[in-house]
Amino acid sequence: METEERYQKLKEIITIYLPEDVAISELTNESHFINELNINSANLVDIVLDVEDAFDITLENEDMDQMLTVNNALQIIQNKLDAK
Amino acid sequence: MEYQTIIAQLPYTPPFLFVDGLTAVDLNGVSGFYTFKKEADFYRGHFKDNPITPGVLLTECCAQIGLVCLGIYLVTSSNTLSNEALQIALTSSEMEYYLPVYPDEKVYVTSEKIYFRFHKLKCKVKMHNAAGKLVCKGTIAGMLKSKTNE
Repeated sequence: METEERYQKLKEIITIYLPEDVAISELTNESHFINELNINSANLVDIVLDVEDAFDITLENEDMDQMLTVNNALQIIQNKLDAK
Repeated sequence: MEYQTIIAQLPYTPPFLFVDGLTAVDLNGVSGFYTFKKEADFYRGHFKDNPITPGVLLTECCAQIGLVCLGIYLVTSSNTLSNEALQIALTSSEMEYYLPVYPDEKVYVTSEKIYFRFHKLKCKVKMHNAAGKLVCKGTIAGMLKSKTNE
């Protein structure tokens, strides 16, 4: 799976959980889920569960703790896919 | 685990405790009951001269039994958290209401776990009245965390 394809897939998932006051056009690789995208910790769990399904991977509590930005998420996805 | 042990760990007290007892609990769900006391102060205002239990309190009752009691059981049985430092936050609720609940009515709540991962517990909840009729149902989720675990 190419990097761009992974990014698009992740972006589709994030879009579902974005609050109404945040536009998807504001999303960048550096976006902080909680501080910038206004996603609460409960919705961040939903994003992780959707990511697990979409990429057929399993995340651990440590991964969750590190998943602060879009870049972090992409890195975790790549590490999990590489380890498969 | 004894049902009374779970109830004793609830972070609520009257007038905002909406659990009288539990009848079943395991890793997948919980059942419990509560009687809305006719002396409760909110009946004076909801509604004027026509006391009916507010829907938000039916939701609260579902959440205290279905989410928090189950959460306490899951957290303490997994031994990963010290329950004394348990922090709870309701994060979403989507409910539908079918029948009114009048003063002194006893209701029965059943909850089925959808998932408990990364400190988030999400459940399907249902409330029935003494006649076995569905009062309300929905989906409730919350975060359960302990300070020591962060």
